[in-house]
Amino acid sequence: MERENQRQRIFSRRAALMLGGKLALSAGLIGRMYQLQVLESEQYRLLAEDNRISLRLLPPQRGRVLDRFGVELANSRQNYRVLLVPEQAGSVEAALDRLAEFVDLHEQQRRRILKEAQRQRSFMPVVVAENLDWDAFAAINANIADLPGVHPDVGESRHYPHGAALSHVVGYVAAVAEAEQTGDPLLELPGFRVGKNGVEKTFDERLRGRAGSSRVEVNAYGRVIRELQRREGQPGADVTVTIDYEVQRYLVERLGEESASCVVMDVETGEVLALVSNPAYDPNAFNVGLSGKAWRELATHPRTPLSNKAIAGQYPPGSTFKVIVALAALEAGLVQPGATVGCRGATVFGDHTYHCWKWRYGGHGQVDMRRAIAESCDVYFYEMGRRLGVDRISEMGRRFGLGQLLDIGLTSERAGLMPTREWKQKALKQPWTPGENLIVAIGQGYMLATPLQLAVMTARLATGLAVKPRLVRDGRAAPKWPSIGVQPANLRIVLDGMYQVVNAPNGTARKARPEVPASMAGKTGTSQVRRISSGERQRGLRKLHEKPWEEREHGLFVAYAPAEQPRYAVSLIVEHGGSGAQTALIAKDIVEMLLRRDPSQLPAVPVRVAGLDR
Amino acid sequence: MVLRVQSLFGDERGPSLGQKLREVNWGLVALLTLIACVGFVMQYSAAGGNWEPWASRQILRFGFGVVLLVAVAVIELKFWYRIAYVLYGVGLALLMAVEIMGTVGMGAQRWVDLGIVQLQPSEVMKVALTLVLARYFHGILPEEIGRLRVVVPPLLLVLPPVALVLKQPDLGTAVMLLLSAAAVCFIAGVRIWKFVLAIAATLVALPLTWQYALHDYQRNRVLTFLDPERDPLGTGYHITQSKIALGSGGLFGRGYLQGTQSHLSFLPEHRTDFIFTMLAEELGMVGGICLLGLYLLVLAYGAGIALRSRNQFGRLLAFGVTTTFFIYVFVNIAMVMGMVPVVGIPLPLVSYGGTSMMTLLVAFGLVLCVYVHRDFTFNRRAALAA
Repeated sequence: MERENQRQRIFSRRAALMLGGKLALSAGLIGRMYQLQVLESEQYRLLAEDNRISLRLLPPQRGRVLDRFGVELANSRQNYRVLLVPEQAGSVEAALDRLAEFVDLHEQQRRRILKEAQRQRSFMPVVVAENLDWDAFAAINANIADLPGVHPDVGESRHYPHGAALSHVVGYVAAVAEAEQTGDPLLELPGFRVGKNGVEKTFDERLRGRAGSSRVEVNAYGRVIRELQRREGQPGADVTVTIDYEVQRYLVERLGEESASCVVMDVETGEVLALVSNPAYDPNAFNVGLSGKAWRELATHPRTPLSNKAIAGQYPPGSTFKVIVALAALEAGLVQPGATVGCRGATVFGDHTYHCWKWRYGGHGQVDMRRAIAESCDVYFYEMGRRLGVDRISEMGRRFGLGQLLDIGLTSERAGLMPTREWKQKALKQPWTPGENLIVAIGQGYMLATPLQLAVMTARLATGLAVKPRLVRDGRAAPKWPSIGVQPANLRIVLDGMYQVVNAPNGTARKARPEVPASMAGKTGTSQVRRISSGERQRGLRKLHEKPWEEREHGLFVAYAPAEQPRYAVSLIVEHGGSGAQTALIAKDIVEMLLRRDPSQLPAVPVRVAGLDR
Repeated sequence: MVLRVQSLFGDERGPSLGQKLREVNWGLVALLTLIACVGFVMQYSAAGGNWEPWASRQILRFGFGVVLLVAVAVIELKFWYRIAYVLYGVGLALLMAVEIMGTVGMGAQRWVDLGIVQLQPSEVMKVALTLVLARYFHGILPEEIGRLRVVVPPLLLVLPPVALVLKQPDLGTAVMLLLSAAAVCFIAGVRIWKFVLAIAATLVALPLTWQYALHDYQRNRVLTFLDPERDPLGTGYHITQSKIALGSGGLFGRGYLQGTQSHLSFLPEHRTDFIFTMLAEELGMVGGICLLGLYLLVLAYGAGIALRSRNQFGRLLAFGVTTTFFIYVFVNIAMVMGMVPVVGIPLPLVSYGGTSMMTLLVAFGLVLCVYVHRDFTFNRRAALAA
């Protein structure tokens, strides 16, 4: 019994020790709970929210681009596509192998996807395939359980229903380049497109709209459980351009294979009704993503389809510029309109002989200003150039919109060049020589103008007002243009000359006289691509068709119509098109079409825009 | 040694079955049921507010387990005393069977297929080891307990099963077996310096164990315990996510069924080993302390029953079982709070899982059996003679 009591004593002592130990351990547990759940709770709560809530951007629908009558030039279509989240897929290679059952993936695409997956953070989705047909898209959706990390998605893809016809006006969209990232998360969305050229680029922000956002609760595998909060974005606004698609399309067809550009303007409102640069490219191809080969083909094409010649092509204006020289001479009082200059095919100035284009036939004889314009007599204008000097000529050119940016809202616009003595000294470190006055007077030498500038020049001549070109309709009425500031009588004389170009028996564009009731006035021009050496001149010039295409002259023609009541101005340049007279034949068709359709009299769609936020 | 049926429930001199049932400590049964109910409530939440598929099954198992518990409690204590070594032998045999032909589950060989049920032999061993040690020390006289040779048989009893479980490999259970065995030795009165010596020896052996005995995943778990950020998406994920869920619960929790981390699958194993995290996320520190309080109450009951018992076998058995129970509670809660490495130890009565619940209820059946037979006294010879 004593033994049993001793046992019980030992047991009780040990049991008390152990109970004490257990209580101490329990206190330790409570202490740890206090540390985690009270002291550090805030920090863990934040981590928990991070775990749980994911903010997703809702890309806004891109606005459309419309022509003046509401024809869709760019719109958005549903784009069935497949995204892959590398983090969820495990192995990207294996995921692509599984996907290959449903979509065609060639080696090049696989390489792109793998590269992109490596470059991006692993939870950012990568676009695997786009523009799938419904069958393939539905098949992927049906098998989604076996495709970890694969997310079918309905995105938006840009579509240009008229393809190449408007690519130089509307431009195109493409994936955001790394250099274009601004930190705006919208731009980092997979497959997001931004405007890269044309109106798409200039008005990108307006067309883009504002992104919405959606706060969603996700589980550990990234699957969305429910939406907690949604902030709707704002879809992009439509942009309406001044272009008349019908006129534009006609021009593209009429110019055909030529490397040419043409601008048609409403001389009263300044609205550009057509702006064509031929050849063009299919903007839809850029959206999908151009292959390296296709890109090189476009970039090295001899007829430069990527360049917008209507605003970025700078050409010597040639004889079309003579109207400006004539006006400058009249305004300066250096010549009477009826006074004649004798043309025997050439004139000698200093130690150089300056030829008239009609030198082979012994020249024009005695010509006054109207005839000089109508028959484009070089000798007459050499004399005007000699009298005026380059500065006064260029000053008049600038008043008519030459040598400056007209800012119609396309990025690649070039300023051309109206040279002055000061300019030459600065740019070339050489003094102006008197002989160069003669050269600029026939629109050659340093003179450069774009087709858009020539159209504006013609519009300003036709109205006597400082018309400014516009490409985008903002809902406001055309402003009252200020006067160009030349004597109406002097302007009348120049316009008479332009009328005779087309309508007089000796006019350089007499063969381009349109069918009654259409009428037009204009001016031809031919600009040399290379200098004619005196040796060549003596051997006799080769006929046009004997020369290789790239050595032929550019043909120019500017016109307004109807001649009596001008409404439309047209400028047209056909590269290596031979002569201005031949170019005028194309212009005749354009003017006939324009007057038949008369787009300025058709009701354009109303545009309501508070302000253009370019 | 032939067992007669009547000896199972006592002989003509002892109390009847009805008397025994009345003698069962129903307060402890109610307490265990209350803890199990906490488990059901959490299983209901884990299924997103559904009785199916977990809570309902768990209730069924518990019901069955309670019947088992009462059955164990009313059987003669002497029967358990006699059967201790047999049970131990069966447990050891099963462990070896697993080693030879065990099925692989959860990456470890822990199950043996008995045709109808899959049995986890380490569970059998948990009960058998406590029983066998209680019986051994029952026969040791107080004046003998200080002798060195007295600790040799317990060591020989403990080491084979521990080695076999370690081989499975199941580090957690091996450590548990070792700790509960040590607890029985401790309360039996084995001198404290011997424990100190054993701990020192373990510390010396640790580098060798690290090098040769541990599997890569076990080493990883220990490393990750020391620095959870080491591998935030791999092994450390469990600990980090568990701490996030627990910490974000705060003092009062996010509210029942509102635990975002557990419900959104950020928390792995949230209905089994990590159920305490889920409880603490939804019910906060207050909820956690309440559950811990319930566990401590069980501890108090167990200690009371042990002290009340008038035989050494009963004392050691009751205290041994409650101590093992507490070690489970402590290791599990400490694990989910990042205080000890992640070892696959369930939270007693609350975690989802049938086997551990059965083992636990059988073990508490033994505690109640000690209570029912608290006034019996028997020495070794008398018990065996019956």
